[in-house]
Amino acid sequence: MKEMKLVSKRFGKINPLSIDEYVKFDGYKNLKKALKMEKTEIIEEVQNAYLRGRGGAGFPAAIKMMGLAKETNIEKFIICNADEGEPGNFKDRYLMEKDPHQVLEGMIIVAYATGGTKGYIYVRGEYQKSISLLKWSIDEAKKKGFLGENILGSKFSFDIEVRSGAGSYVCGEEFALIESIEGNPGRTRVKPPFPTSVGLHGKPTLINNVETFSTIPSIIEMGGLEFAKIGTPSSTGTKLISLSGNVKNKGVFEIPFGVPIRDVIYKLGGGIENDRKIKMVQLGGACGPIIPEYMLDMVIDFERFEEFESKTGAGAIIVMDERFDLFDILLKVVRFFQHESCGKCTPCREGHIQLANLIIKFIERKATVKDIVSLESLARVIHQASLCGLGQTSPTAIISSLRYFRDDYIDRIEHPEKG
Amino acid sequence: MLKEILKKYAKKDDQLLEILLECQAVKNDHFISKEDIIEIAEYLSIPESKVCSVLSFYTFFSDKPRGKHIIQVCKDIPCYVSSDIDVLKIMEKELGIRVNETTSNKQFTLEYTSCLGCCEAGPVMRINDKIYSHLTADKIKAILSEYRVYM
Repeated sequence: MKEMKLVSKRFGKINPLSIDEYVKFDGYKNLKKALKMEKTEIIEEVQNAYLRGRGGAGFPAAIKMMGLAKETNIEKFIICNADEGEPGNFKDRYLMEKDPHQVLEGMIIVAYATGGTKGYIYVRGEYQKSISLLKWSIDEAKKKGFLGENILGSKFSFDIEVRSGAGSYVCGEEFALIESIEGNPGRTRVKPPFPTSVGLHGKPTLINNVETFSTIPSIIEMGGLEFAKIGTPSSTGTKLISLSGNVKNKGVFEIPFGVPIRDVIYKLGGGIENDRKIKMVQLGGACGPIIPEYMLDMVIDFERFEEFESKTGAGAIIVMDERFDLFDILLKVVRFFQHESCGKCTPCREGHIQLANLIIKFIERKATVKDIVSLESLARVIHQASLCGLGQTSPTAIISSLRYFRDDYIDRIEHPEKG
Repeated sequence: MLKEILKKYAKKDDQLLEILLECQAVKNDHFISKEDIIEIAEYLSIPESKVCSVLSFYTFFSDKPRGKHIIQVCKDIPCYVSSDIDVLKIMEKELGIRVNETTSNKQFTLEYTSCLGCCEAGPVMRINDKIYSHLTADKIKAILSEYRVYM
């Protein structure tokens, strides 16, 4: 199996600091093409492509674009969500560090099609290199007339500003991110209204992930219908996968949707270090399900992942071999969310503390059957009653482990002496 | 010094994070003092409580003095499973401090960090803005002596 390079086609082939090299490698060609198209035609291409958001939730990109386009405000914002804080994900960093102009080009095309007047890229504070590269690239793009007033001689003007995060995972959630750009603590808002009608500074705002924007130029180039032929019916195009953990070749790989997870791990990842056995694989990042080895034949696809009552996540695959203990990993997941919870809603703020207490009981082999019941019901309460995506997805690891690693739980209850 | 930084920013409250980030980065002891809070609040015409709420929300900010070099060790799962060593333990031993403490000569502060997005190169840590990957016990000692001698 080989990779299919669409958004990663320039990785390692151009100097990311050089706009000339980007232009030589088909860069800004699709912006020129888009500026000659009708605005509705661009949105139609994205709709035909059936592009779904690459940040984790998989929301159709064209619907957001239509939502923003129909707003009549003079000011409309386009935000690129580069707050890639999910442990195990690093593909957005690759996109920004290896091909920064592609992100900009995607944002400019979307802004043109929807009437966006000002763009922001919200980059997590840990990514200092991405921040400086993007700032540099924006300046270069302005000098060449791809950004700023009257882009390429058209009537369309658009500017992009880079904003830094300050070490908060929850700011990747769209409303928390908006609050953060406004200079507030990153605490989410109640939806609706959605950002496309009332977003940044109360104005219509479209927020997409780095990879989503980076995919737009390819859609303009090949046309939506052609793009939709790649992948599966529910999940078109390609996906960047961040592969990490106990595999031989770690890194970012681009695959068409529909590839089995096993192929990514064994064919692209080269298998497990020291040929150990796989104990578990976490998909998507900390907010994703933990599955056993026998489920690795499932394909990477939005629809298939919905079975976990969760979202695909941003495409991380974290492989853990037989040396690692399920409960040890679960505790790390829960502690992560306990730390990152913004504290606005009760299920998330208080729930993670209690989840941790329950997991510790299993680690210490002091748990009873009742604790399995409590764990499951508490996880479901957090999943259903939390205000934003953080709490809604954080219990996924626990809920999936209760389903697929039942024996591990039973063993802890039946054999208290082993500890 | 803060006055010089403030001049660069528009008097709009959405500049608060950027101001705090720069203010903290240029100071040798990398923290936001009570005086800084008052000055920033005055400049942006916002209540001091607003500055404090932002300060306490984001993990990057500190309201207590820190060392000249801030060492942050990744504690998330990808680094954890691909490490044969305990980076934090080695650091604590080398520096003679525990996590969230500063050495008595004010040179180093040791902290945990969430995922640094370098999971393909774990275990990783960050010193100030620089990322160090594929850490081993020897490499950690070598990096530390470099900072002790040259920086």
